[in-house]
Amino acid sequence: MAALGSPLQTFRGLLRELRHASGRPYRDTPAYQHIVATFRAHRVTSQKLCRAQQELHFQAATYLCLLRSVREHTALHREYHGKGERSPEEVAGLVGFRLPQQPGGKG
Amino acid sequence: MWCGCRRLLWGRFPTVRLPRPPPAAAGSGPVGPGGGRAYAPPAERKRFYQNVSISQGEGGFEINLDHRKLKTPQAKLFTVPSEALAIAVATEWDSQKDTIKFYTMHLTTLCNTALDNPTQRNKMQLIRAAVKFLETDTVCYRVEEPAALAELQKNEWDPVVAWAEKRYNVAIGSSTSILGPNIPASTKETFISHLASYNMWALQGIEYVITQLKSLILSMGLIDRHITVEKAVLLSRLEEEYQGFCVRRQYR
Repeated sequence: MAALGSPLQTFRGLLRELRHASGRPYRDTPAYQHIVATFRAHRVTSQKLCRAQQELHFQAATYLCLLRSVREHTALHREYHGKGERSPEEVAGLVGFRLPQQPGGKG
Repeated sequence: MWCGCRRLLWGRFPTVRLPRPPPAAAGSGPVGPGGGRAYAPPAERKRFYQNVSISQGEGGFEINLDHRKLKTPQAKLFTVPSEALAIAVATEWDSQKDTIKFYTMHLTTLCNTALDNPTQRNKMQLIRAAVKFLETDTVCYRVEEPAALAELQKNEWDPVVAWAEKRYNVAIGSSTSILGPNIPASTKETFISHLASYNMWALQGIEYVITQLKSLILSMGLIDRHITVEKAVLLSRLEEEYQGFCVRRQYR
């Protein structure tokens, strides 16, 4: 089985991602409560004996990967995604011109 | 002539109704704001709800945005079979800030696909589409040169192929020919009957993973928890990673 890291790392990572995702009251969210309850119920340790523990840990790590990837993708999108074309007014403004005003509207 | 055209347009205005999604549907109705595309949700929309919560209904778990129940793009009630999945979908909706960015809501999108089945495929069609990928599976398609890449493919991909052959008791092999490996019919049958043990929800997800990774073998490795998501993606993109490595080395 490929390297998953320790369950504690996954758990902490998940809580961190949830905190980023929801803002201040993240402890009230169903996601937080579900994750804490599930980890506590299975009492995930570093022993690799229990198959249910392994399944849970793998699922948790997969979900953590999703949350992290979505956050990083959103940041990249915000930074690099095209903002669309400039309007004709903005383009004219780039070189210090203004578009002429036509009282009757464009013919 | 121009004024005449304008009068024609104005005359038609009262009879044209702008398509608006019904208030009960939190997704978009079949007509998106871009015009008549049948299954395209809008790119962005303002967040119109305060609270996201989950409730359990007859068909499974439902998502509530304030007091409204979430619906799919085809206006069906959004129900998921597992609570954990419902919580994850609710988290996606709750994570949206001022605008709803649908392109970040992958689990919602997948659930919508599972519920609506827009490509209208039945279980057998999904399975056959998935197994068909084996003929052009990424990890079976090898290059002969450059030698470094061929070596990398051998070192990284051979173990996964060997694992799959052992785990499913099949013969797969790899090939440098443009036609790809010759997959025996018994191998395909084994995978078909294995995939048949999954339900439609799982199959929609599995088929999506296979399409993204371009590999049935890597997807099975992921589902059987043999490799992590990060590793599966890395193996799927081996050639791109190698090319990036070459470029970085060139500019050192």
